[in-house]
Amino acid sequence: MCDTCGCNLTPGNRHLAFKPVAGGATAVSVLKGLLAKNDDQAAHNRQHFDRRGILALNLMSSPGSGKTALLEATLVALKDEFTCAVIEGDLETENDAERIRALGVTAHQIVTGTACHLDAHLVHDALHHMNLDGVDLLFIENVGNLVCPASFDLGQHLNVTLLSVTEGDDKPAKYPVMFRAADALLLTKTDLLPVLDDFDPARAEAHLRELANPAPVMRLSARKGMGMDAWLAWLREQLAAQRARVAVGQSRRPAIQRDGQQYHQAGA
Amino acid sequence: MHELAVAQALVEQVDAVIDQHQAHGATLIRVRIGPLAGVVPELLASAFPLAAAGRRMQHAGLEFAHAPIRVRCQTCGAETEAAMNRLLCGACGDWHTRIISGDELLLESVELETVPSLTPES
Ligand SMILES: Nc1nc2c(ncn2[C@@H]2O[C@H](COP(=O)(O)OP(=O)(O)OP(=O)(O)O)[C@@H](O)[C@H]2O)c(=O)[nH]1
Ligand SMILES: [Mg+2]
Ligand SMILES: [Zn+2]
Ligand SMILES: [Zn+2]
Ligand SMILES: [Zn+2]
Repeated sequence: MCDTCGCNLTPGNRHLAFKPVAGGATAVSVLKGLLAKNDDQAAHNRQHFDRRGILALNLMSSPGSGKTALLEATLVALKDEFTCAVIEGDLETENDAERIRALGVTAHQIVTGTACHLDAHLVHDALHHMNLDGVDLLFIENVGNLVCPASFDLGQHLNVTLLSVTEGDDKPAKYPVMFRAADALLLTKTDLLPVLDDFDPARAEAHLRELANPAPVMRLSARKGMGMDAWLAWLREQLAAQRARVAVGQSRRPAIQRDGQQYHQAGA
Repeated sequence: MHELAVAQALVEQVDAVIDQHQAHGATLIRVRIGPLAGVVPELLASAFPLAAAGRRMQHAGLEFAHAPIRVRCQTCGAETEAAMNRLLCGACGDWHTRIISGDELLLESVELETVPSLTPES
């Protein structure tokens, strides 16, 4: 993005550039994000979405926290209101995509094989296999994993991180990279709270704040239909915000801005 | 783990730098990885030889620059050091902070072999 104009140079790293070394060798300063290629592809994906006025959401959690169950309940609830589409990411099987298709919703399954996360290239390939005409909301269900997916921008506008109440309320403190990236935190399977004596939703929220994350925390049970209204209202609000951005030619990246981005702003 | 994917991205980038400078290879690669980047330096170091095998940087050293976590408080303006899962202001304790360092995932510099070995070529 910015190999030549020098705006990656800051007072803190300027001394690293053009450092002379012993004969026969040259040290060159690069100062480029290691995942720059993924990030460029993600930016391209975001253009696909923005051009069509689509709001793209990336759902992340550990395996089995209820991502697909939440999608099923959400798609049913929004059936008459919006056109939705889903990209499913799993190590193996088409099971999740089949669950979504059973509801009459377009779903593309990405089988990652060994990769423990989706990346922007995998999502781009999926986009070109789907008909996105008229789609309002695109949900991307990432591979169940609380570590790796957080490092890869897919082109989504928002990250939604799920934490089921059976996992323990200390997970945001144990997986700070993942939970710091959340634009919304959903505490799922709350129908089970009465049988769990040690999950305190307030404590989960406190751990999230300690990551300096202001994201809303919503409690819900997709299976029992509890707490779904706040989540659906948030989705409507975010879609309206996306349409307002698109109308003025703007876009949005998820909560985390990587370093390169900050250098750009500082240099601009 | 995703460190192999990161190592592959690193190899591609270094390869591009080698081409750009018409060098023969790379001898030292410096990266800066903050604790909040979600990449474990040790795992990247062990994935790197796999990704670099047979490439022009396969013998290069991989060096990690230290990147402490620092936050700027939006309430009192202080800049303080913080722990990975407690990104609070060290001065007033508020959680309304922004990361100013510690989430970097950067290829910082590459040392290139620019002169062919001393054996004469023609
Ligand atoms: N009690 C209860 N169980 C739930 C709820 N939501 C999901 N489950 C159960 O949790 C299990 C996993 O749900 P999924 O929706 O498949 O979870 P997932 O996050 O999509 O799983 P992966 O895609 O494999 O990572 C299933 O047995 C669900 O029935 C809920 O709200 N309450
Ligand atoms: Mg699933
Ligand atoms: Zn495209
Ligand atoms: Zn992984
Ligand atoms: Zn403060």
